[in-house]
Amino acid sequence: MYFEIAIDMAVDDHAFTLDFSSDAKLTALVGPSGIGKTSSLNAIAGLLRPRSGRIVVDGQVLFDSASGVDLRPEKRRAGYVFQDARLFPHRRVAANLAYGERLAPAGAGIVTRDEVARLLEISHLLDRLPATLSGGEARRVAIGRALLCAPRFLLLDEPLASLDEDRAETLLTLMERLRDELSLPMLLVSHSSAEVDRLAGQVVTLG
Amino acid sequence: MSAAEWTIISLSLKVSVVAVLVTLPVSYGLAWVIARRRFPGRMLLDALVHLPLVLPPVVTGWLLLILLGRGGAIGGWLYETFGITLVFNWTGAAVAAGVMALPLMVRAMRLSIEAVDRRLVGAARTLGASPLRAFLTITLPLSLPGIAAGAMLGFARSLGEFGATITFAANIEGETRTLPLAIYSQLQVPGSEHAVARLAVIAIVLSLGALLASEWLVRRSQGTRAHVL
Repeated sequence: MYFEIAIDMAVDDHAFTLDFSSDAKLTALVGPSGIGKTSSLNAIAGLLRPRSGRIVVDGQVLFDSASGVDLRPEKRRAGYVFQDARLFPHRRVAANLAYGERLAPAGAGIVTRDEVARLLEISHLLDRLPATLSGGEARRVAIGRALLCAPRFLLLDEPLASLDEDRAETLLTLMERLRDELSLPMLLVSHSSAEVDRLAGQVVTLG
Repeated sequence: MSAAEWTIISLSLKVSVVAVLVTLPVSYGLAWVIARRRFPGRMLLDALVHLPLVLPPVVTGWLLLILLGRGGAIGGWLYETFGITLVFNWTGAAVAAGVMALPLMVRAMRLSIEAVDRRLVGAARTLGASPLRAFLTITLPLSLPGIAAGAMLGFARSLGEFGATITFAANIEGETRTLPLAIYSQLQVPGSEHAVARLAVIAIVLSLGALLASEWLVRRSQGTRAHVL
């Protein structure tokens, strides 16, 4: 199983349960806005603590309230592409890309910086500051940064939202390649049924 | 300028620079705790930090005497253990200036730490950074303008410090007689209007310069609508 997740969440005043297992390489998490999809990704990445439950990704226990396991985010090695890209504003694109790469265990990398730059077409952006990037450019850099931290799995939060059609198509093709060429479990949050139909091997509906 | 005036200016600058340098790490630590941590007693800590801002400075100076004077709880221990005396010398003036500058410095730094998006720290953690590394690479550099602004503001406040200094460190020529104390002393001397005016102009120039520099730093980093005061 790639994902075995059963958690009880409480975020602010909203409580919900996420319970699924998936052996698809790319699993899509869908549901109405505000139901807790992003909170679920945060819990899997270790940024939010569930009230109780169990999170296992690719055989590794990340969280288990019964046995007291709660790995810190830096130990979970999630390649998390945030919806708002969340690049470090004081660092140039090259330094953003290198941030996680430098902290990754030696030899654990799945792609090189050159491959990422070519694959995502961001070579010409390396000297720029994040504030000068368009939404699509920032998204691509964020994907590159996540891939370079030697992740064990990918969390993608609306990676194609608010992109124009051409850019979305390019990224969609790229995500298909990532899915097929890397042996990384991927969890995708999306509102677009076209995107989900094309990419996901399994669809989990929240709420 | 006369030799006596140079002594006053260099003493004032020495006292203010030392006060700011020593208070800087303390204020940043307090600012971070107040901005980022939620714990019982946080309101009380915040209030204590602001105390020197709202108390009459003479009372702050008196409290320093009680605590740090040779007979005081901390001062007595310092004297017996290390032979250090803070009262009646320039280090005492620096302590008084630092304590008076603390609330302003903490305030400027707290605002800039609160302006750092915590989600960036979360992003750094998922990329493999420990909490300490995330702090050093994200929070600290992004709050640097607040540190600079706080230091400038603290410097200006230290330069103008009067009440706590004269109470705690006294008014000793060449030792604790900083610019404001020198102006006060000259005012006691009949016929010294000219000397007072010269010192007052120096004080205005130094203080205004520090304040403008801190405003400029804050505006540059946080937009033209941000203010230090």
